[in-house]
Amino acid sequence: MWDYSETVKEHFYNPKNAGAIEEANAVGDVGSISCGDALRLTLKVEPETEIILDAGFQTFGCGSAIASSSALTEMVKGKTLDEALKISNQDIADFLDGLPPEKMHCSVMGREALQAAVANYRGEEWVDDHEEGALVCKCFAIDEVMIRDTIRENNLSSVQDVTNYTKAGGGCSSCHEGIENILMEEMQARGETFMPGAIQKKKAKPAAQPLVTLETPEPAAAPAAGGMSAFQRYKKIEEVIEKVRPNLQADRGDCELLDIDGKNIYVSLVGACSGCQMAAMTVGGIQQKMIEALGEFVKIIPVDKAQYAAQLAQKQATASA
Amino acid sequence: MNDIYLDNNATTKCDPLVVEAMLPFFTEQFGNPSSLHSFGNKVGLALKNARKSVQKLIGAEHDSEIIFTSCGSESDSTAIMSALKAQPNRTEIITTVVEHPAVLNLCEYLETEGYTIHKLKVDGKGNLDMDEYKSLLSDNVAIVSVMWANNETGTIFPVEEMAELADEAGVVFHTDAVQAVGKLPIDLENSAIHMLSISGHKLHAPKGVGVLYLKRGVRFRPLLRGGHQERGRRAGTENVASIVGLGVAAELALQNMEHENTVVKAMRDRLQEGILAAVPNAFVTGNPDNRLPNTANIAFEYIEGEAILLLMNKMGIAASSGSACTSGSLEPSHVMKAMGIPYTAAHGTVRFSLSRYNTMEEVERVIEAVPPIVAKLRKLSPYWGESGPVENPEQAFAPVYA
Ligand SMILES: Cc1ncc(COP(=O)(O)O)c(C=O)c1O
Repeated sequence: MWDYSETVKEHFYNPKNAGAIEEANAVGDVGSISCGDALRLTLKVEPETEIILDAGFQTFGCGSAIASSSALTEMVKGKTLDEALKISNQDIADFLDGLPPEKMHCSVMGREALQAAVANYRGEEWVDDHEEGALVCKCFAIDEVMIRDTIRENNLSSVQDVTNYTKAGGGCSSCHEGIENILMEEMQARGETFMPGAIQKKKAKPAAQPLVTLETPEPAAAPAAGGMSAFQRYKKIEEVIEKVRPNLQADRGDCELLDIDGKNIYVSLVGACSGCQMAAMTVGGIQQKMIEALGEFVKIIPVDKAQYAAQLAQKQATASA
Repeated sequence: MNDIYLDNNATTKCDPLVVEAMLPFFTEQFGNPSSLHSFGNKVGLALKNARKSVQKLIGAEHDSEIIFTSCGSESDSTAIMSALKAQPNRTEIITTVVEHPAVLNLCEYLETEGYTIHKLKVDGKGNLDMDEYKSLLSDNVAIVSVMWANNETGTIFPVEEMAELADEAGVVFHTDAVQAVGKLPIDLENSAIHMLSISGHKLHAPKGVGVLYLKRGVRFRPLLRGGHQERGRRAGTENVASIVGLGVAAELALQNMEHENTVVKAMRDRLQEGILAAVPNAFVTGNPDNRLPNTANIAFEYIEGEAILLLMNKMGIAASSGSACTSGSLEPSHVMKAMGIPYTAAHGTVRFSLSRYNTMEEVERVIEAVPPIVAKLRKLSPYWGESGPVENPEQAFAPVYA
């Protein structure tokens, strides 16, 4: 069955703080009965200090849902509400010495129960903005909703793109058929066709290195692509962007460099050129200039600035998983 | 104490006699059955005997109607793809909503290729609507594929009657009998069934060997083309040792048919009755009056199946569940959904499936073990009060979707 850590097993077999707290003044009910996981978190909060004096859980769910609930109650006791709200789902998973990718949503449920309970205590209404889909990439625990949203927001058109943006498909690659099916639907919806080859085009193989060298070669500084150092390359990229901006500004648009990740250069397009037919041409034009200036293939990827920042934060969170 | 294995619909233990019969085919009897020399000759003879023994188990008229494959799934795929290839002008398939993924996922894929898939619905007990079936039979249908018995609930479909109807309408009829063969008497010579799938590992033969029965005269197109093995209907050097094992397993299954339907059935009935008597808010899913003798699927309301299995596993009892969590999907079993079992019960279904290796003493131990497990989990459940479900459970606990 699942690969549960000893800590998960311990919290499942001997859960802490099971049951509802008698004098609870904060209650959070979250979960989805269709998915088979739901949780009621009850807290007793000291009004003067907002310290959580006691916590209890009731869970309808699998082994890791019960273990995550138990862990959560242990973690929040003694904390103030504001401190408790800082607990992320990754913290819950870490507390349990990790969860299998299929089970990460159990820790998400724990964090959301906490948010709901705090909202309930403060007399606010808690609205869930988290939507969950079927798990597509098991290596990195990426679900369908995440993949679809990312494809739509960024006009992605290949499995490689999806992997670059979400990590999905970057592991064992057995989910590529699933990702392709999603791509096919999403591209069809925006009037394009998805036509991949059966294998990816290979880059020319680098000249074979001899397996054994009799003399130790001089350690050479690794040359950056196109013979430029990373700093020179960054300057060059900036230069190209600066050069195209006056043209765009003349059309009441603009372009800003956001990030460079290998051959992917992320920019935000604003004003008249974003979101219109011209955007694609603009992007193509910048890309062409960039390739010429750098002497290597790069890809210009227009993204929404705010969303990209959020995504980056999320990526970092998953990367540390 | 030994662990108790009640997951025989997932797979079975190889009978020791099966293993014994297989061993020489890994050592002295290593020849290729297609070879002319004496190394191959004896192996060819062993295949022939295995074929005869399977023929006898399912009452086939000719031994050439038995095609050995690599598994039940391959047999299912071969049957359906053959019917489509052999009748390119027919573009519809009739199947059911409760088939095994071996059929269902293939059909879903074929749908994207332009085929029309009719999935027969089931009622609350998992029974089909025969009028719906009759209304769908037409010259456009390439094949009907309906399982003999359901792997989750054990519910039996009237495949012989359905095959007659298909035959009269001139439509090919295939049945996935993976769960039925070895548990129910089968007489294919006197039936209208055109194709039937078997999987070795469900009847105490090894994993990785299966059979497709193909009635003589039914047009066929192979899935694997290549060598002339299996009369050119399934290329690839035979998995001799496993086929020999399946031959012995088929013989043993025939000998144990009565035992299965009396002794094993009595153990199943005692298990079900014992658990239901001790556990409130639990019920049998599927059709208890028409099901496999070895299967009982019980829904425990307001708790989740994976948690039940983990606690049972800790006590050395193995079974399986239709909960979403055990399959890694987001929804409970498609079979439970199709029967309209509410989510609060569907996630808590546990399938107990027995075999001739179980004993009444084991059954009594399980009857002892299950009620405290259910009680322990219900104590944690937001739907459960002091001694029963809370009043109006679905309203008392209505979580925000997360
Ligand atoms: C009804 C049914 N059909 C097909 C199969 C697949 O058989 P195999 O594992 O040999 O491919 C199974 C086994 O799980 C089954 O229960």
